[in-house]
Amino acid sequence: MNNNIDWKKYLIVFFITMSLFLSASYVSNYFSNKKINQLKSIQDKIAIDILSSETQFSLLSELSCKNIPDSIFSDQLRELGSKLEWSQSNLGATDEVSYLKKYYALLQIKDYLLAKKISTRCGVKSAFILYFYKTLDNCSECQKAWSVLTSLRDKYPKLRVYSFDYSTDLSAVSSMLRIYKIKDTMLPVFVIDDDVLTGFHSIEELESRVKESFKLQETKPIENERSSP
Amino acid sequence: MASIPSLVFYVLIFLSVYVQVFFFVTFFENRKKIVIRDGKTKLSRYPAVTIVVPCFNEERTVYKTVRSLLDLNYPKDKLKIFLIDDGSTDGTWNIICHFEKYKNVKIFHKKNGGKYTALNLGLEHSETDFFGGLDADSFIDSESLVRIMSYFEKDESVMAVAPSVTVHNPRNFIQNVQKEEYHMGVYFKKMLGFLGAISVTPGPLTIFRKKVFDDLGPYRHGHNSEDMEIACRMQQNQYKIEYCNDAYVYTSTPMTIKNLYKQRLRWMYGLINNTIDYKGVLFKKKYGNFALFTLPMGIISIASVSYLFGRIVYNFGDFLYSKIIILNAIGWRFKMTNLHFDSFFINTQSFVFLVISTYFLVIFAMIFGRRMTEGKWRFSINMIYFFPVFSIIAPFWLLKAIYNTILSRKPDWR
Repeated sequence: MNNNIDWKKYLIVFFITMSLFLSASYVSNYFSNKKINQLKSIQDKIAIDILSSETQFSLLSELSCKNIPDSIFSDQLRELGSKLEWSQSNLGATDEVSYLKKYYALLQIKDYLLAKKISTRCGVKSAFILYFYKTLDNCSECQKAWSVLTSLRDKYPKLRVYSFDYSTDLSAVSSMLRIYKIKDTMLPVFVIDDDVLTGFHSIEELESRVKESFKLQETKPIENERSSP
Repeated sequence: MASIPSLVFYVLIFLSVYVQVFFFVTFFENRKKIVIRDGKTKLSRYPAVTIVVPCFNEERTVYKTVRSLLDLNYPKDKLKIFLIDDGSTDGTWNIICHFEKYKNVKIFHKKNGGKYTALNLGLEHSETDFFGGLDADSFIDSESLVRIMSYFEKDESVMAVAPSVTVHNPRNFIQNVQKEEYHMGVYFKKMLGFLGAISVTPGPLTIFRKKVFDDLGPYRHGHNSEDMEIACRMQQNQYKIEYCNDAYVYTSTPMTIKNLYKQRLRWMYGLINNTIDYKGVLFKKKYGNFALFTLPMGIISIASVSYLFGRIVYNFGDFLYSKIIILNAIGWRFKMTNLHFDSFFINTQSFVFLVISTYFLVIFAMIFGRRMTEGKWRFSINMIYFFPVFSIIAPFWLLKAIYNTILSRKPDWR
């Protein structure tokens, strides 16, 4: 009976398997780093764009509103936001990802301030929602709120939604939380024209707030246009 | 800090990769010993062999099965064929009666008692030094027996030799996918043969030295898997089992998912319960690679499939839950989503690469198994289909087998 156990082989297979594991983890890290770098470069690009717009706005504001920079970065910010969310759940909440999230929050605040300034001074029709949520504790209300906001944003291209994770460790975010007196038990929170709405609000409710409070012109959704005869 | 579920996940992936690498290394070590013979094989001496065909409602296939036995390249006076009708309720008995006229064929009729009882009846009447069974839904290549017997001639210590079982005339998708699975089985069993760690002596023709039964007793019920039980018993008693890769047997396979499910439920139930019955052997080095590799491998595959299935169900539930939440929040709103491809969202976690490398090793197993049975190096798209088809349905027979084991229920034979 061939029952001699080749222990050396068991060991060699163990080392081969280990090296496969290490190689897989190396390749995985390589791609993760690539993704992080991609996020960084998107953020840098947005940062430069925002800075450039701010500067352009300052230069031109004395003259007229004709050449104001078209407000602008919403799509890029949105894409960045979804990539960051994905990274957080797939690459893990690493230091780099949370650093990028901070940076992202800051960019959103800057974009918000700039867009608001343009809107006030030049009468550009825009609406703003600041949305605060939490990723911890499986906040299903936040999930619902986010789907409502996504739907509204698809319907109203000029609606600008800025979302902030409550746990973002950034003084600018903390300041906003202080300004609007937001506590983690109140989440999700919407801030529309300085009104603070806590908890989940239905799409109809938020839509009427968006329409009425901000006098936003409704643009017909693409689907409706397509389906109409 | 990794969570416990993901730690379990990676441990199971590690063990699954380990098993595949172990097979591959075994292949690499022994690749030159794999002989695929062509043409007629000759022996210096032709020992007498009894082959028993237990039949239960096999009227559609038994004629062809017996014909394939009569056409074997083996001296007729050295081959005894016992056709045993195990209480069939169809026309099986009438068909086997046609073969009574052959001198080397004996027919028996008995009350239905299960396959192992039919085999044991054959054993009682057998007077030869070699004994084997052939399922009545399988057809044997004319060179198979002589090639199997050559292993006994070469090595006195060989106590049983199993053949390469492959799919007979696959006609639909399910059978074609099974064909690739059988190719994979040929490769794995050949490697287990090199390791002295075969755990099944398949019903579609395995030849034993009669001494095995004289020493260890007759077939047992073995939870409807008598072919696994006898192999485990042989391993427990350190009897050598070889694998003859160029002895081909073609078996009929289920054509429908339902029949496949019933067949695999029986196999899985047998695997689980025979493993439980022979747990005393587990990890004891005196039982060799069977105790250290084959039995643990079965346990790993059961654990991995159960865990993965649980994970998939959980993720699917989670997905449905979030969709319901969204539905509650915004109602049915269809929108044209932007379907542009962004490579950013491709999952590049390390398990993905490990799963891919395991898939490659499994595909290699299928390709080499096919090479051993058909003599050709050829890739088939069915090798790819194997993964989704078996990943979706295998968990069901596995979980049902576990459930039946817990309740100590026995599945029907077919």
